[in-house]
Amino acid sequence: MIHRVRMIMLVVGVLGTAVVFGAAVAGMPGFGGDQHPYRDLAVAAAFQRATANVVSSINFDQRALDTFGEETILVASVAGVAALLRPVRSERRRRVRPGVPVLESTRLLTVIFFPITVLVGIDVVAHGAITPGGGFQGGVVLATGLHLLYVGGRYRLLERMRPVRFFEITEGAGLVIFIAIGLAGLALTGELFRNVIPYGDLGQLVSSGTVVLLSCAVGMAVVSSVVVLLAGFLDQALALVEVPDADHSDDEAAR
Amino acid sequence: MTIVITVLSTVVLIGAAVVIFTRAPAKQAVTLSVYGLLLTLLFVALQAPDVALSQLAVGTAVVPLMVMLAVRKIAAHRDSGGDDR
Repeated sequence: MIHRVRMIMLVVGVLGTAVVFGAAVAGMPGFGGDQHPYRDLAVAAAFQRATANVVSSINFDQRALDTFGEETILVASVAGVAALLRPVRSERRRRVRPGVPVLESTRLLTVIFFPITVLVGIDVVAHGAITPGGGFQGGVVLATGLHLLYVGGRYRLLERMRPVRFFEITEGAGLVIFIAIGLAGLALTGELFRNVIPYGDLGQLVSSGTVVLLSCAVGMAVVSSVVVLLAGFLDQALALVEVPDADHSDDEAAR
Repeated sequence: MTIVITVLSTVVLIGAAVVIFTRAPAKQAVTLSVYGLLLTLLFVALQAPDVALSQLAVGTAVVPLMVMLAVRKIAAHRDSGGDDR
């Protein structure tokens, strides 16, 4: 009986979705047309606030509250993953040995690309208001660059370069700074996420008011989130082993 | 430009099929990474560099790495007790 009710609910839901989706597709403008009412409004608003990267203007100025929601979702899901991957009682930490030998070419490429990637990541975050990119993109590039060390067989160095305790704090701090800038706008003008800082000149590094600050706050939260996320996975894959009976529990790896 | 977009869309579609029909998760992480690169090219062709940058870092690096690490953990867990590196 309950099975039948469920099937009927499913059919109704699928049919309803199909109808609404079909109507939406039928009403869409054609691919690659030149009528973009939203673009015209968004580009004008972005240039009015001296933000050369219109995407960043939309993300961090025109629709900053949406970005705050997205950032919260990211931080919350990383917290969930970290809770899931935490060491449990039956698991013991062991010292991660250098492991399999890494190809010389891989090692060389790591040495070359580690500094370049980290630099590009910082650049993308800092220039979020004027060139493509922004806090999220730059943050992920930065975190990926850090983990090149693992690819190059330098896991111990990676562990030293990203103290997880520190990144757990900066993850929350990025979120707090983001909403603090929004609340500052509320306090000064009565509008949440109002762009209260002088805009400066279009295309300059320091321009676009709060956009560049919000971009940096997101960059901070994202780089920390990805580091904490991958640290959980790396810890589980490399350092934690299941021990049925705890006999050598003091094999603590340097952390 | 339309030709480039058409070709890239087709290649992305084929790439998606390859990812779906790759059975072993470890191999799937590699095909997923290549697929992420194809999607990045499509986004560049569609003039969305912001999205392309996110896709490049998340889709071709972070997600496949997470899959690989999960596969490694499960493999180590399978021959459990047996402490293999």
